[in-house]
Amino acid sequence: MSGTWITTRAWLLMLPLLVVMIAVIGWPLVDTVRLSFTDAKLVGTEGSFVGLDNYAKVLGGSNFQRALVTTTWFAVVSVTAEMVIGVLAALLLNQQFRGRTALRALMILPWALPTVVNATLWRLIYNPEYGALNAALTQIGLIDSYRSWLGEPSSALTALIIADCWKNFPLVALIALAALQAVPRDITAASLVDGAGPFNRFRYVIMPYLAGPLLVALVLRTIEAFKVFDIIWVMTRGGPANSTRTLSILVYQEAFSFQRAGSGASLALIVTLLVTILAVAYAALVRKAAGAT
Amino acid sequence: MERQSPLFTAFVYASALLLAAVILAPVLWLFIMSISSAADLSAKPLNWWPDEIDLSRYGLLLSTLENSAGAAFVASIFNSLKVAGMATLAAIAVAIPSAWAVSRTPSVSWSLYAVIATYMLPPVALAVPLYMGLAYLGLLNSVFGLALVYLTILAPFTTWLLKSGFDSIPKEIESAAMIDGARLDQILRLITLPLAAPVMATSALFAFLLAWDEFFYALLFTSDLRAKTLTVAIADLAGGRVSDYGLIATAGVLAALPPVLIGLVMQKALISGLTSGGVKG
Repeated sequence: MSGTWITTRAWLLMLPLLVVMIAVIGWPLVDTVRLSFTDAKLVGTEGSFVGLDNYAKVLGGSNFQRALVTTTWFAVVSVTAEMVIGVLAALLLNQQFRGRTALRALMILPWALPTVVNATLWRLIYNPEYGALNAALTQIGLIDSYRSWLGEPSSALTALIIADCWKNFPLVALIALAALQAVPRDITAASLVDGAGPFNRFRYVIMPYLAGPLLVALVLRTIEAFKVFDIIWVMTRGGPANSTRTLSILVYQEAFSFQRAGSGASLALIVTLLVTILAVAYAALVRKAAGAT
Repeated sequence: MERQSPLFTAFVYASALLLAAVILAPVLWLFIMSISSAADLSAKPLNWWPDEIDLSRYGLLLSTLENSAGAAFVASIFNSLKVAGMATLAAIAVAIPSAWAVSRTPSVSWSLYAVIATYMLPPVALAVPLYMGLAYLGLLNSVFGLALVYLTILAPFTTWLLKSGFDSIPKEIESAAMIDGARLDQILRLITLPLAAPVMATSALFAFLLAWDEFFYALLFTSDLRAKTLTVAIADLAGGRVSDYGLIATAGVLAALPPVLIGLVMQKALISGLTSGGVKG
């Protein structure tokens, strides 16, 4: 069989997927670009061409800048915490102890819990009147009176980050654990004989095996965290006083609550661009790291 | 592995206990809330374990009496099952031929990266035209419309998983059958697909869980019993004026049950899938 026929056959086999992808991803993306240059409303008016007005308004507005800061803070803090706690948990799960298999099995629990259920659960835990966190902290004497953890701008974002971390650090732990199990035993044994301390052993013997998988986890988690919507919508809807309004929440409000499809689209594309930059930067990083080892 | 001092062993066990508590406490609390009476849940100091186990909310949510809270909840379960089921089947159907083609044809493998790249797109980048498109087609608030939209997530995802599955099946088996005169459809039907059955099952399961978990599009594109999915129903309960927190917790337990059971039973397959691809955020 000739090469061209094989290539043609491959494209034919991919046709159903390509049709679907163009219908539900390609066309909407192109249409979002078109809408972003118009003042279209979500329902009713088609809108007319307004050039770069939407972009100028969005980029100059304080809403966007504040949401960008909130999103970046959420992504950086939650992903950093997830990576650190995840690796520590994986190092623990790689030790010998009774009940290890059961504990490893438990790690799947937060991951399997639907995001909305997780958000609901933490909303109940943080409840200002009857929540378990208030009850526990009062009973051990850490606070005198019940607080509104999600109702105060000073604590809402941190409370959200903790809820997000709890759900996602086990995934990092499982990925890191799989990498740790791939470290050949004779290498760790040899490093022991050579007298390497625990820190040096981690840095020079274990880390090279962890770096690749962790970098992939870091990339995917950062992109996910940057797009965050569900957990915030269910727990705070971006409040109080917009202190937890991330970019995705802002786009939702603009395009669907206020029905401004045009400026919502331009905002969505700016978010897309930022995510793309993140993804490309990370891809370069991953390739560099892969080349280094 | 290494000689362990008693101090180190004690440290390991203490950390293991802490980790177990951190993982279990919130989930256990969700369950305890679901079986506590409203009085226990609003007591100060809080009753951490109910005086009497109250299972009535499970009956309430799963009852199919017309116009009850249960009827709405049960309807949302069926909507979630329908949407996730249809979207998974459709995604697998388009993913199988393309994943095989990409796996066996190096000259088109770049197209896979284009497919995976779309997975990074934030849903907000597609939401407005999808909303207008569904409205135009009369598919807003319809399980079919939502299942169609879910292909934006599931189609790239299953193609990616299946491609690596096909990669692990040696080409030589197919070449041998071809030399024996088998046609392509026979090779796929009789040799490749049966060999890929476990991968296809895992991919389908992953896709189903993703759709079951989805919230953003469901929130935008559904509005009542006809199409509202479980995640939206729970968010409604959590954000609404329901004063019985135990009822919200019960809904959470019921929604979490299928994925948690799948997660625990299928652990090995899920973990190997997770760690090879690092999927699902």
